[in-house]
Order: sequence, then C-alpha cells, then structure tokens
Amino acid sequence: MTVHTPVPTGSPAEHEPSGGPTIRVMTTPAAIDESEGIEPAASALATPPTFPPEEVVFELDGLSCFYGSFRAVRDVSLQVPRNQITALIGPSGCGKSTLLRSFNRMNDLIDGARIEGEIRYHGVDIYEAGVDPVEVRRRIGMVFQKPNPFPKSIYDNVAFGPKVAGFRGNMDQLVEESLRRAALWDDVKDKLKQPGTALSGGQQQRLCIARAIAVEPDVILMDEPCSALDPIATLRIEELMRELREKYTIVIVTHNMQQAARASDYTAFLTMGEDRAGHLVEMAPTEQLFTRPANRITEDYITGRFG
Amino acid sequence: MALGTDTLTAREVVAQRLRSGSGDPRGLVLQGALLLAMLVLLAVLVVLIGDILIRALPVFLDRPVDFLGSALSSRPARAGIVQGILGSVALIVIVALIALPIGIGAAVYLEEYARDTPMARLIRTNIRNLAGVPSIVYGLLGLAMFVSTLGLGKTLIAGGLTLAVLVLPIVVITTMEALRAVPGSIREAAFGVGATRWETIRSHVLPYAAPGILTGTILSLGRAFGETAPLLMVGAIAGTFTSTSVGDMLNGSYTALPTIVFDWSGKPQDEFRALTSAAIVVLLVVILLINATAILLRNRYDRKW
Repeated sequence: MTVHTPVPTGSPAEHEPSGGPTIRVMTTPAAIDESEGIEPAASALATPPTFPPEEVVFELDGLSCFYGSFRAVRDVSLQVPRNQITALIGPSGCGKSTLLRSFNRMNDLIDGARIEGEIRYHGVDIYEAGVDPVEVRRRIGMVFQKPNPFPKSIYDNVAFGPKVAGFRGNMDQLVEESLRRAALWDDVKDKLKQPGTALSGGQQQRLCIARAIAVEPDVILMDEPCSALDPIATLRIEELMRELREKYTIVIVTHNMQQAARASDYTAFLTMGEDRAGHLVEMAPTEQLFTRPANRITEDYITGRFG
Repeated sequence: MALGTDTLTAREVVAQRLRSGSGDPRGLVLQGALLLAMLVLLAVLVVLIGDILIRALPVFLDRPVDFLGSALSSRPARAGIVQGILGSVALIVIVALIALPIGIGAAVYLEEYARDTPMARLIRTNIRNLAGVPSIVYGLLGLAMFVSTLGLGKTLIAGGLTLAVLVLPIVVITTMEALRAVPGSIREAAFGVGATRWETIRSHVLPYAAPGILTGTILSLGRAFGETAPLLMVGAIAGTFTSTSVGDMLNGSYTALPTIVFDWSGKPQDEFRALTSAAIVVLLVVILLINATAILLRNRYDRKW
C-alpha cells in the first residue's frame, strides 16, 4: 500500500492547543474506563495531524452535532487534507455518519439537527449566516450507503446535477466523461437510455459516483459506500477511489477496517462515551494508526477486541 | 433396553409424526366463518345491483338513447337525464379545477416544506378529521359561504365549490401519502448534487409520486360525482325547467345525476320507479369507470422502491 502523505508540520506536541480537544477526550469518564493505564504522553501522541493551510480542505473546530437534545457527536477537532482519502472508522452508533453529513450540511434536512463549533471549508465556516447550503453541496458531493440512483435513465441520472447547476456545455460529453471517470462507461455506453435502477448494485453505486462527480465537486463524501456490495464490487469501488483521489478530496465512513487500511491515507478513529455521544479518539496516517496506534482503545478496536 | 425389532428407526418416527396430523378443526371453523362473512357481503351487493338492473331494464330496452338524451319531464314516457349528465360533468370539471391545485399544493407544502412542529401535526390530524365530516355539513357550509356570503346564489359554481371543499381533505391526504412513499434517499440524492428544494420536488418527488397522486385524486372525483346531500343544500334541483345548456346552468338552475335520482325516487307515479333505477345504473357505470381508470393507472405506473 502506498501512502502519500504531506508531512505533518512539526511534532504533535508543538501543535497541541492549550486545553485542546485530545485532553478533553481523554478526561471523559468512559475514555478513562476503557483506556486504563494510558500515560498522558500517549494522549499527546493522539493529537490529530495538522497540515499547511493550503493543504487543508476541512478544519473542524470543537464540532458537536445534536439531534434535538441528543448529542450525537461531541467536540471533534481535526483537519482533512487535500487530495487524500480520509477514513472515519469506529463502532456502530458512534456518530461517524452524522459527522460526515455535517460536512455538506446534509443534516439540515433533518428536523431538529444542529451543530455547535465550526466546520471551515477552505477557511469559510459553512454554517455561517449567508452561506448557501445548495452551493455547499454542489462543491461537496456525496455518495450514500445504499445506492440511490434516480428511477430515470442512466444518462438523466448523471445529467441532473449539471442541469440544475446551469451547465451550458456539451452534456453528452460531460455524461461520458463522468461515467468514464466512475469506471462505468464500458458497462453502460450502449444503454444510456435504460433506467439506472436496472443496473447491478455495484454498477448502481458507480453510477452514483458518476452522478456526484458530474457537477465537478471539490470533495466527495462517501457514507459506507460499499456496505451493500459484494467483495468484488467493493474492490472495484476502492480502486476507483484511489484514482479519484488525484482530482478530489475524499472522506469516507466505513465499518470495514480492512477497507480503511487498504484504501485510505488518513484514518480517524471515533468511539462513544457513556452519554452515547461519539468523540474522536485519534487521527493519524493510516499506516501509523493501524500499526502503532497511540491509544489503547484504538488498538483494542483495530485488533477486534471491541466494537 | 436392548435394541429389539420393536425399536423404531429415526426414519419411521419421522414418517409416523408427519402422517399423524389430525388437521386443525378450530382453524377450519374460523375459516368457515370468514367465508360466510364474505358471502353475506357478496349477496348484498348482488341483490342490490341485480334488483336495480332488473328494474332499469325496461327503460334501456325501450328507449336507451332517448332516456340519456331527453330533458327532465313530469311525464315519465318522455323523461330523460340529459341535464343531470351535463350538470354532473360540469360540476366535476369545476371540482377538478379547484380542488386539485389547492389540495396538491397544500399537501406538497405539508410534506416537503413544513417543519415537523406540533402545529403542523395538529393541522395534519385535523385534515384527517375533515375527511370524516358528514357531507351534509359541507352542504351547510356551502350554503352559508358560497351561496349567501359570497353571493353566488344557487348556481353551478356554488355547487362545484361546495363539492371541491368536500373532497379537498381527501385530495390532501392521498397526495401526502403518495409523497411520503417516495424514499428520503431520492431527496438526499438530489440535494447531494446541489439541487434546491424546489428542483428536487419538481424533477423527482412530484414525478415519482404522480401515479399515486393521480389515483387518489381520481377516486376523490368519483366521490364528488356521487354526492347528493350537499348539492341539495346548495340548490341543485330537478325541476322540469332546468336548462339543457351548461352556459345557462352557470347562471341559473342546474341539476346533477344524484339529485335526479333523489327527486324521482319520491315521485308518486309507478313509471318513475324504472326511471330512477335507470338513472342509478348510469350513475354507477360512470363511477365504476372513474374508479377503473384510477386502478388501471395505479397498476400501470406502480413503482417498487
């Protein structure tokens, strides 16, 4: 596995903000219970890596997500680097998907969902008054857990995004290009008028990826994109992600630790405390997180002792 | 215990058990009772329709075209239902023009735009309650509101508005159900590529819900077609002076098929018995056609998610 990583600037200790997030994470009762015996030094190691400002796509600062009065995600601070694949892993219900959906304001659609803290996208707080969530989603595309093509033709599935974005160029060419980049063109070039829902599960998911990249986004969020697919289709999507990384920044939520290890450059591990709110335990270059985790809980999770 | 010849093998035990079933007598009794309930229902329907068809038969044998095409008359041999057919069709057109846009619009707002607040839930519940209000109450409302307050008089327009208000809750409810049947993942997919709420609704939600909306609204039109009580309240009359042109009905006296049935059933002459039955048959056939259209549309465009 090749991991292309911009070298994190300086040692984590130097970058630890005073009263930084990691300290707060480590002082939660649940974290102490489960990671008994961890030295303070170990928690310092778990500070999320930082990147030069021009490489940072997302910067989360004390982000909490709520559904009504329920806090689903607590106080996450991390940076997502450009043209890298960042995986979010953790046990079920730890708020990975909620966190991911706050990256493009998809949670706005759920009544009672709100956030505290900040998500800065290229330096702009996307939840700030005056930011248009439609424009946010145009730049930050999404691929969902279950393939959800529109019950329309393959062509129309891909063309819908550009159409609403006011694309005036050669639509046929754009559709072909998007399908090629999603590695689906050869499968469907003779049946563009057929419904997208008639494709196999793996093909449907690649159609959803083609649909997402047709609007030329900057980031693609993937919410367990392979959980409904067989292993061969899964590998195909992972290969595709490696190709897409050249052009896009990818954030993927996955249940599958092998997938995170195989496909991602950085991995963030989340778990939940006794209040059932998910929090960040550590984030590191994938190879490091899986070979030399800084935290006992991370080690327990990646070795399958819990979760 | 020694293994003797009387020891059953596993195969024999299984075979014995499988074949020893004594049936399920209580289940059979229940099944019989259910069958009986169904037969009672069927019998009522057959007797009702059979009776009406037999009574109506002479009219359709003697003068089928004449009956449908003649005007109302106090002389049974010449009486027809042309004003009823024209009036009912005109009423349905008015209902469709008014109830469908308002009802579908309200449903789209409630399902797609309104936040899930206690107020919104109260409104939803009350729309369901409105659908259960007896139709005579809508007749009173129409009389007070359209005939008197708005000064429309006892005209076709007032009748159409009254029926539109009557079916409005049904249109809203069926449309909301059709919209709810479109999975949230489709909306998310559209939002995810940067569509606005309206683009999502126009390009995806409404088209995918259209068969369901159409089915529900057509059924509600069938309901309006058969309503009698509210029309009697707001002035549909079956007088012999009722005009045979829709233009005149808009300004003056009008009638509808169910109103004619009601009027004729109270007439003293025996000949009107057959005429009443014949009018009922026409009414039933039209409603049957409307419902069949709805079912055909549903079967043709039904979508599995």
